[in-house]
Amino acid sequence: MKQSLTHWLMEDAPRSRRQAAMGSLYRGLLALVGNPPALVGLVIVTILVLIAIFAPFLDRGISPIAQDLGNRLAPPSAAHWFGTDELGRDIYSRTLYGSRVTLTIVGLVSVVVTPIGLAVGTLSGYLGGWVDSVLMRITDVFLAFPRLVLALAFAAALGPGIENAVIAISLTAWPPYARIARAETITIAKSDFIQAVVLQGASTWRILIRHIVPLCLSSVIVRLTLDMAGIILTAAGLGFLGLGAQPPTAEWGAMVSAGRDVILDQWWVATIPGVAIFLVSLGFNLLGDGLRDVFDPKDAS
Amino acid sequence: MAGMIEVADLRVSFHGGSKAVHAVQGVSFSVAEGESFGIVGESGSGKSTVLKAIAGLVPSASAALTVNGRPAAQRRSKADRRQMQFVFQDPYASLHPRQTVDQILREPLAIHRIDRRDERIAAALAEVGLKPEHRFRYPHQLSGGQRQRVAIARALILRPPVLLLDEPTSALDVSVQAEILNLIVGLRKDNNLTMILVSHDLGVVAHLCSRIAIMQAGKLVEVLSAEDLRRGAAQADYTRKLVAASRGFNRAQPAI
Repeated sequence: MKQSLTHWLMEDAPRSRRQAAMGSLYRGLLALVGNPPALVGLVIVTILVLIAIFAPFLDRGISPIAQDLGNRLAPPSAAHWFGTDELGRDIYSRTLYGSRVTLTIVGLVSVVVTPIGLAVGTLSGYLGGWVDSVLMRITDVFLAFPRLVLALAFAAALGPGIENAVIAISLTAWPPYARIARAETITIAKSDFIQAVVLQGASTWRILIRHIVPLCLSSVIVRLTLDMAGIILTAAGLGFLGLGAQPPTAEWGAMVSAGRDVILDQWWVATIPGVAIFLVSLGFNLLGDGLRDVFDPKDAS
Repeated sequence: MAGMIEVADLRVSFHGGSKAVHAVQGVSFSVAEGESFGIVGESGSGKSTVLKAIAGLVPSASAALTVNGRPAAQRRSKADRRQMQFVFQDPYASLHPRQTVDQILREPLAIHRIDRRDERIAAALAEVGLKPEHRFRYPHQLSGGQRQRVAIARALILRPPVLLLDEPTSALDVSVQAEILNLIVGLRKDNNLTMILVSHDLGVVAHLCSRIAIMQAGKLVEVLSAEDLRRGAAQADYTRKLVAASRGFNRAQPAI
């Protein structure tokens, strides 16, 4: 059965649209898995997603917000694997639940940033002229600000909270995507296969959405996975400054911030969430590198 | 009766101002329905530009430019587009790299909301000599000749009365060139196509076209029948030179 499935996926002459699509997906997956660093990244990200989903089953029955003031700042032990924080909350449990906040922020930012970047970039690149000038000057304005400072200003103006942190990060993160999409679009728009669709009578929207966006998407996705680390760090930074998730929600950046006061005597309070941030950022970065290799059209044979 | 394609005093310039390049300078001709018309000339003579101007791919100015009686204005409607289709020179660049043959052929049908798409795609593939197994392949899984067949199928799936071909075989192997040319001859006969073929290859044009225009430096040198060209009955000096050049190095003729 396994043999025939692989055969079905790799067949040189697929018999249906679905088979062709699945086949090319499978080939991409093979290339990704054949690249050790990318595989490590994929494993880390998969584990993160699984932890976020199954946090209630993995928390050993300890709530991430249950306080035990008699047992505060306890070192790692059998009862509390990663010790407890300044309010006696279990750090293991808080780190597990913190992955949910991180994934939510990362997910929402990508959902907001990708369409905005693609829309601005492809429109600008395809239409050119004054549309291009106007859109690119707006992009320049957003690029001119230091990213974390702008995010801080937005988060401070909008008020603390995860949603506002997402909005603040998205507002500062979209310009590079618009630039990438624009550069790709300018090269693609001149090619014969786009001219051919123009001659068939396709509308501008149809050309953009069905023919140009799919080709820009791969480089935007690669950029997004590479940016994930930065987004997580910005979110953690906002949390650290008290502008991200609010107590008692477990958030890695806020946890590091809380552990800062006791970093020399009770190192585990700040270190454990710090290690989590490091591992997840590394995972996304490795995955991004791997995806870039997979999507690179120069390697496509 | 007016021809299928009427071109009067067609002019195309690139880069306005003092650096302007006048690629086409007042070209006029007329192509009757069902006729195959060839344009030959050396590189840079503006032959491809004439074709692209007729298709509306480059902005042009002309006294009159009509296709099938409709004025081919700068902004063309979907119905105008359906009047003619274009086959590009390089089959490696003219097919979308991330779409299967099926998607490529489905697109024109979807744009013009034509029904029975699956049937039409299968028929179009058969018409250009491709097998059903090619249908769900990506362009990079096909050979150059097969890609050009897909490009021709895509052009003909809308059943346009006019087909424009821009050096359709020059990017292909010599052995494949003949196959594609014979395919075009057959399709033209079957579909009663009006055709304009641009090539730098006199042999190709003489094989496919009944009337041939010779272009040089953006101007039309002369228009003559394929028969006259073969007999060597060209009027203009330039045409005679071109014919001599296309015959290649001739041992009998001493070097000048």
